[in-house]
Amino acid sequence: MLTSRLRLIVIAGGLLLLLTAPYLAQLTGSAGLLGLANRIAIYAIAAVSLDLILGYGALVSFGHAMFFGLGGYAVGIIAFHTGTGEPLFGWKGSNAALIVWPLALVACALLAAAVGTLSLKTSGVQFIMITLAFAQMVFFVLVSLQSYGGDDGLLLDRRNTLPLIDLSRPTTFYYVCVALLVGWTAFCARVVNSRFGLVLQALRQSERRSINLGVDPFPFRLVAFIISAVGTGLAGVLWANYARFVSPDMAAWSKSGEFIAIVVLGGLGTLLGPIAGTAVFIALEQILSIWTEHWMIVMGPVLTLVALFGRRGLAGRLFGERNG
Amino acid sequence: MTLFVEQVLNGLQYGSMLFLLASGLTLIFGIMGVINLTHGAFYMVGAYSAAFAVLSTGSFLVGIAAALIGAGLYAVLVEIAVVQWLYRRDHLYQVLATLGLILFTNEAVSLIFGRRPPLMDIPPFLQGSVPLFPGLDYPLMRLAFIAVGAMVAIGLWALVNHTRVGMLIRAGADDREMVDALGVDIRRLYTLVFGLGGALCGLAGVMAAPLLAIEIGMGERVLITTFVVIVVGGVGSVRGALVGALLVGMVDSLGRAYIPQLLQLSLPAATADTLGAGLVSASIYVLMAIVLLVRPNGLLPARG
Repeated sequence: MLTSRLRLIVIAGGLLLLLTAPYLAQLTGSAGLLGLANRIAIYAIAAVSLDLILGYGALVSFGHAMFFGLGGYAVGIIAFHTGTGEPLFGWKGSNAALIVWPLALVACALLAAAVGTLSLKTSGVQFIMITLAFAQMVFFVLVSLQSYGGDDGLLLDRRNTLPLIDLSRPTTFYYVCVALLVGWTAFCARVVNSRFGLVLQALRQSERRSINLGVDPFPFRLVAFIISAVGTGLAGVLWANYARFVSPDMAAWSKSGEFIAIVVLGGLGTLLGPIAGTAVFIALEQILSIWTEHWMIVMGPVLTLVALFGRRGLAGRLFGERNG
Repeated sequence: MTLFVEQVLNGLQYGSMLFLLASGLTLIFGIMGVINLTHGAFYMVGAYSAAFAVLSTGSFLVGIAAALIGAGLYAVLVEIAVVQWLYRRDHLYQVLATLGLILFTNEAVSLIFGRRPPLMDIPPFLQGSVPLFPGLDYPLMRLAFIAVGAMVAIGLWALVNHTRVGMLIRAGADDREMVDALGVDIRRLYTLVFGLGGALCGLAGVMAAPLLAIEIGMGERVLITTFVVIVVGGVGSVRGALVGALLVGMVDSLGRAYIPQLLQLSLPAATADTLGAGLVSASIYVLMAIVLLVRPNGLLPARG
């Protein structure tokens, strides 16, 4: 009873903080605060998506940065062609978010379908490593795209455009990110509590028993993998628009590791925990890097301690209801 | 033909470096079930220790000793301080904890040794090259690297198959509960294997230092390749690590030589160059994906 009330208070407080961040930034006069909040909102979408397969499906993907990178590059490459006027597969390109963003997400879904179909033939460590392998392939393909900047990445002239909403204003763009975060989290929560989500969790608890109950694990896991990839791709799309810059680093293996760290930090299998994890991770990174250039000497042991002692992450106890 | 032989030798040299790293990693994984991302950091610690020992004493042999001791001790420290608490935990927590250790080690090394990458020359007695046959002179340092890899392979084989410690290691890889139940101090065995793995990383570090750049982050790049090696070879098996290391070394080295050439046959030069570079870097991951799809447990998995 107490925890459920506390949970409501924390959720309401977090939401309030997310919604009032631009005003807080204005009040304190630091424009950096809005940027920080925006980065948190974007990364949180990726964290929630990864939690869907990590926490509920027990599928440890060490390659989710490939979808983050692909989503970003889809935006970047279309913007590049729209800017130079060179047609892309005979298409003039577009700057409209309603065209570009769905295309980017479809690309992520297709990649996830291919990677998932192959990777799900393995399990355990082999699954971790094969997802890593595919992510590395994507990374090196992005590095070798010389016409799109290769190693150095690609600068975007401007953000995509939405009808009636001016994404070039930082505050507006921030609210769009927050809205997408809230919407995506709600969608994931519905997925998790649906029959589909329950089967997914049953497979995590006991694959053998579920199979004996007549469940074929593969389609459930594949669909979860694709949903998760699309969400991570959405984060990549937003990141490309936020930073107006994409580079192969978006798909680097260290980025995949960072996503895992955020989810575990926040609490596996809680959806809301990873949002808190993102906020703590990115804020800590920011604070420590202001304090000292050697901030990793503190950040590293923090991650290690979380892994050693925080069995359920920061918010696992609060948001967790999982059994087994 | 000369190019082919040279690339095969390069592949052997790269493979022998990968073997030094992978043999320790695969034992750690096979026996303790720990995914140890810090393994690349041991290699970096070894290279830095060696470079600074050589800088202050001028002796390559002291450098080797420094690398073995530095990396070995650091590995033992890591095992006692962090990894021993992770044996029964999910892989996820092992990845997170050792990822944190990588960040820590990178910063600690740059604080202790400075940001400027140290340089290490090839020692005088390994300088120059040897004529293998007319038209092919091969650097002595690289030949020495291959020899070291071969010696370690033989030494490990003897250690694992013909000593009491090796017997315990094999037993531990097969069934650690049973070994524990038979009254063997499994804790000491674990620490020992970790130290051994670290020392082998140090050896790889000191041999690679004159050939490659010593820098912060050198461990991560090679770490991922090392994981490819052990997954291809079969997790937990030293034989698998040897086969995997040679295979990955060859694919990388021959790919580097021939993929761009093959592409130039059918594509314009500029496109072939950039596409080739990407394909070469991705080739070992393609190899790993194929192996995993055909044999999900790797080529020569440990029994069990």
